[in-house]
This record gives sequence, C-alpha cells and structure tokens, in this order.
Amino acid sequence: MKYWRRPLDIATIRIPHGQIHVLRERCKGCGWCVAYCPRQVLEVSDEFNSKGYHPPRVVNEAACVSCGLCEMICPEFAIYRVEEEREVETL
Amino acid sequence: MSEPTLRTEAKAVEPEAAPQERHPMDDLLREERLPHIWCSGCGIGTALTCFISALLKSGLDLDKVVVVSGIGCTGRVAGYVRLDSFHTTHGRAIPFATGLKLANPELKVVVFSGDGDLVTIGGNHFIHAARRNIDMTVICVNNFNYGMTGGQAGATTPVGAVTTTTPYGNYEHPFNLPYLAAASGAVYVARWTVLHVRRLERAISEALAKRGFSFVEVVSPCPTNFGRRHKQRTGLDTLRYYHERGIIRHGADPRSVDIELGGDIIEGKFIDIEKPTFSDCCAGIVQKAIAQ
Amino acid sequence: MSSEKGVLSGSFFMQGDVACAEGAITAGCRFFAGYPITPATEIAQRMAARMPQIGGTYIQMEDELGSMNAVLGASWAGVKAMTATSGPGFSLMMENLGLGIMTETPCVLVNVQRGGPSTGLPTLVAQGDMMQARWGAHGPYEIIALAPSSPQELFDLTIRAFNLSERFRTPVLIMTDAEVGHMTERVVIPPPEEVTIVPRRKPRIPPGDGYQPYVADDDLVPPMAVAGEGYRIHVTGLTHDERGYPATSDDSAQWKLIQRLVNKIRLYKDEIIEVEELYLEDAEVVVVSYGIAARAAMWPIELAHREGIKVGMLRLITVWPFAEEKIRALAERARAFVVPEINWGQIALEVERCAAGRVPVYLVPHPGGDIHKPEQVLAAIRRAVA
Repeated sequence: MKYWRRPLDIATIRIPHGQIHVLRERCKGCGWCVAYCPRQVLEVSDEFNSKGYHPPRVVNEAACVSCGLCEMICPEFAIYRVEEEREVETL
Repeated sequence: MSEPTLRTEAKAVEPEAAPQERHPMDDLLREERLPHIWCSGCGIGTALTCFISALLKSGLDLDKVVVVSGIGCTGRVAGYVRLDSFHTTHGRAIPFATGLKLANPELKVVVFSGDGDLVTIGGNHFIHAARRNIDMTVICVNNFNYGMTGGQAGATTPVGAVTTTTPYGNYEHPFNLPYLAAASGAVYVARWTVLHVRRLERAISEALAKRGFSFVEVVSPCPTNFGRRHKQRTGLDTLRYYHERGIIRHGADPRSVDIELGGDIIEGKFIDIEKPTFSDCCAGIVQKAIAQ
Repeated sequence: MSSEKGVLSGSFFMQGDVACAEGAITAGCRFFAGYPITPATEIAQRMAARMPQIGGTYIQMEDELGSMNAVLGASWAGVKAMTATSGPGFSLMMENLGLGIMTETPCVLVNVQRGGPSTGLPTLVAQGDMMQARWGAHGPYEIIALAPSSPQELFDLTIRAFNLSERFRTPVLIMTDAEVGHMTERVVIPPPEEVTIVPRRKPRIPPGDGYQPYVADDDLVPPMAVAGEGYRIHVTGLTHDERGYPATSDDSAQWKLIQRLVNKIRLYKDEIIEVEELYLEDAEVVVVSYGIAARAAMWPIELAHREGIKVGMLRLITVWPFAEEKIRALAERARAFVVPEINWGQIALEVERCAAGRVPVYLVPHPGGDIHKPEQVLAAIRRAVA
C-alpha cells in the first residue's frame, strides 16, 4: 500500500496473514475460491485428486490477508486459513 | 480463467499421507461422510458453511440445536451436520419441526431444505407455520428447480425456464418467496445469494436469534440441472451472474422482489418485526384452562 | 409444569372418543396434533380442552399430513404423542406412518373408521380400513393394530397402545369405528398407581462416540435417544445403517433393516396378540370378529345357541399382528368360520389364509353405514352347520 504520508500509529497496525490449507480430496474444482479471492492468492493447480478434480494451489502466499472468503465460499469444506502474525508494514 | 489445456503432464496427488487434515468446521460435520454428494459448483455447501459459521458464533447450546430437512439435494444437509438431525419426508420438514419445538421448547429448531420441498409440496405447511409464528428458523435454498430428480419445474421456477417437465419453457408464474413468507406472517425475511457469504452468514445469525418464524432464502446455483439449461454451465458462471445482477435493497417491499429468468435478484433483509409466537399465544390461555 | 388434573380417576358415563383421549392422557400422552374429521373430532376437542390443563400441547394442524409429522417430531423430542382421524385422513397419514415405522418412532394413531371409500358416510360406522392398517404405508413392515369394542375398552387399549409403541419402538394403530367412538357408556378410570406404563427405553451409555441410534438390543429394539440429549443423532427415512446414516448403496443394509423391523414385532407377537374367547370349548362354528361387529354378533350367537348350534366367538382385540396360530388351531376342530365385518372382506382373507382350505370361511359383509342385523349373522351361522 502506498501512503501519502507515513501514519503515526503504523507500528500498531497488524496486517493479518493467512496460511492456506487445502483438503485436496474434498475439492471438486468449482473454482470459486480462485475466482473470488480478493488478493489473487490462489490458482487452479495442474495436479488432480483421486476424483479427477484440480484443487487450488497457493500461488502468492504473501498476499493472503486471512480475510477468510475462500473458507466461507468453498462449498466443500475443502479450504481454510490459519491466521498468523506478520511483521510487515506494507504489502 | 485461461482455456483448459490438455493436461498430459498432470499428475495425481497422493491422498494426504499425514493424519487427515481437519477443517475448522469438522466438529460440526459428520466428516466421515465427506466429500458430500453435491455437485461441483452447487451452492448448498456454501449455504451450509454460512449456517455452521453463524451457529458457531451464536452462543447457542449445540446439543439443543436440531436440524430438520426434507427430500431433495438441500434436504441432504441434515445428514452432514453433527447435530441432532432429521431427514424427513418430502415437504414435511416444517410440521415435524413444529412437533419437536412445541414438545420441547428448549430445542432450537432449524429447518434447512430446498424450494421444491419447502414451498412446492410443502407450501401448505410453510404458510401455516408462518401464520402461527412457530418459533423456528427456516433456511430455504432456492435453485429454482427440483434438482435431485433431474431438474423438474417447481413453484419457484421462473417463467420461460426450460426444465425436464417444461421442455418448451415454463409457463407457470412462480412464487416470490419473501412475499409469500411475509404475507403469511413471518417475522424475519431475508434473501441472499451464496455469493454474498458474509451477509448470508449475518442474516442466518439474525434469523437464529430471532423469536418466531424466521425465513432466509438462499439463492443458489444448480449447474447440473438448472444452470446448464440456461447458459450457466458452471456454478461459477452463476456466481458471476449473481455478482452482476444482485442488487442489495434492505427493507424492500417483498412484493417487488420477484425473480425473472435473466433478471435482477433483489437481496437484503426485507422484514424484521416483533410478534407474539405461537407458544406465547398458547400460554395466554393456559391459566383459563387450568381454572376450568 | 403439569397440574393435578392429569388422570381423571373415577367412574364416568363417557363417550368413546372422550375415553380415548382420557386413556391417552392416563398413559402419559402430552402432545396431540390433529385435524377435525367426523367421527374423530371429539378426540381432538377433548385434547384441546385437556392438554393445556396438564402442561401438554394441543395443536390443530392444517391437514392430516402435518398432524402425523408433528406427532413424529414430538415423539423425537421425548414426548408421548398421538393423533386421531378417520378414513380420508388415515389415507393422508400413510406416507408418514411409514416414516414413523422406518425411523422407529413410538406414537399412537387412532382411526375412528367410517363408511368409505372416499368421503363415503362421514357419520356412520364401517371397518373398511383394516387391510390399509396393515399395508397402507408402502413397503415391507409389520404393524400393531388394536380394535376395541366399547368405550371402556377404547380407554384401556389406548393405554396399551402407548405401552406397545414404547416397547416395540413403532407407531401403533387403534382401529375403532364411529359406533364405539360415538357411543356413551360407563368408563372406569383407575387411579394412576394402578396403571402400568411402559417407559421409553433409553440408551445406557452417555453421549459420546459409543452410541449408535439403531444398534438393537437382543430383542431387536434399539434404545432411543431423542433430540436435545447430546447424542447428536441422525434419523432418516432412507434405508439406513446402525449409525442412522443413509445406506442406499450398501447391499446388505436393506436386508438387515427390514428383517429387524419385521422380526422385532413378528418374533414377539405373543406379547402383543390379545383375543377374547367365548364358548369355544366345543364350538363347531367359530365367529371371528372385532370391534363393534363383534358386539353385534353376540346376539346372533345367543339366538344360535337357542337353536342348538354350538357356536363360539373369537374376538380379536389385537387385529395386527394377526392371531394366525389361534385360527390354525381352531381350524383343526371347528367345522367352519363365520366372519362378520363391516367391509367387503378384509380380515376374512386372513382367516381364509390361516384356515388353509381345511374348513370353509363364511364372510358376512356389510358395506358400511350400520352394524349387521342379527338375521344376517344368524343366517351365516346356520349355513355354516348345514
């Protein structure tokens, strides 16, 4: 993010970060998480699970802000994030 | 999304060798039955996710939460939640739920079923439970057809829609569910699509907290049996349609929120009122009865 | 929560339908869902007046389908529940009676039979639903059905019906009729301590991973956890396994489930079958009857005795499971059966089946609308010994 000036309380701002976990065997390749992640963290992978679907894969790990949209929008209970501390001021 | 290429180099991934990863919601799911039966691109799973999320935040005693469903794809929800759950006959989830609630008022009863089950075959029970203001939460997943049986027309199928029983286009006018619920006496009426997950979760939370007959319509894709016949080949196509044509209008007059084929989808919270429940009214006569 | 007006002990001049409602209350019924239909409406009316007095619930549902389902739901919330109807409503309840059978839900369904088919004779007696009671819900199953002949018996059998429903974890039917339902006779309601109540069989292990809703005890009946107790049960009308989960792709599940549902009743029918035997020691003709038709047959039997005919009565108090062994035993020594029933031959078919051609079975049919005239039954008895 670009600021026009540096905020005085920037040290207290913590931008969350999420560690994405995919339960690959549950995925049915609907593509919703990939399409609606606001940070383009995911893409459809080349691999496939035992049912023949292509699960998502994290392609931009640093971009994840743990918004949880993928977790909410997935119809399969196949993706979730674990929120972590992050020590960056900007993304 | 790019064109699919011939994936000759694609390789199968070994199912997790490590102890099976658990999803945070697995405590409330019968995970031994996952993956569930719903199609790729079906929105029922998302509706269920929003429900479980709302439930976990609600502070309710989960041992007292009961899910009752009917027959159909959405009706299978009862079989996947790790709560006391009842998968009843077609159209009869609401009276079954009525019996549960009135016999044990401590139960938190949620009816989770589809449009065909709840308002087509179940229409009579729907309007009477709303009329009586039985204290229950009804989550109706509306995918505009009878999906489980291959995509027949139902009471919410829009005019012109092609289904297996309307091969030349549906010529019956459908119900407007928020209008039906509101006119019947529901105290909470909202509609969201499965795209609007956060607002759907919040609506479900409000419906759970509300005393009386609370109704949430969840508009959902059915790519296999509905979308496919209407130029929405995948669930994602339908979500994009919701994105484009979904309009949020809180407090809209329920009369105005009809859904037409290819038209706008008005979403929001339409009704949120207070009214004595069936049990409140019943309690009113008990003193008189005992005195007799 | 409940007041002292639960069991109305005493001696009353009471209508059959009212006695039925009081029997239910005495048995512990605290939930009634129904729909008005002649000649069962009085049961609903009595329940509407009495349930609020004793902390129970009365709800008049929008139709009979709703009524049956509300009863099942109430039972799954742990409350003894009942509904009452007549022929047209009985037909509407069939699908969900099947749900009750499949999910093993204890409850009681009263059918005050009237003239049929269809709207028929709403205010007049018939016994035309007896086979429907046995087979009306689609699929293979056993059912328990009781047939009272008087308001007192309707009171007593309603209590028995609740007890049987809890013992066998199944819906139990009371097949009465417009005559018994609407007649007014002396009914004695005993003090509560003299009434035997069979409690629901509950799980013996606490909530946790061990309990499975359809693991049966040795007598093929599973202990029943209900909603709200923490067992997180799943109950479905689909063919299911012992966990209660749908098992429609499992070859053996339907075999196991159906055999258990049938055998839990069939193998224990000695606990269920009740008959009344009159003058059978040396009977040459056996009148097999039930409900009001059995009462109406008593005078013809008396008249036949005066003509020197050795005729006795086997009154079926339990109609289903059918008293096969009794009929087979009687077929060994009697010359004929006479079956007066107010239909065109339903239980007579069962008598024929069990007699297996050894002795003739004379049906005395009546299409409904009245009880048999004495001459009709007497003529059949005479023909049986001719």
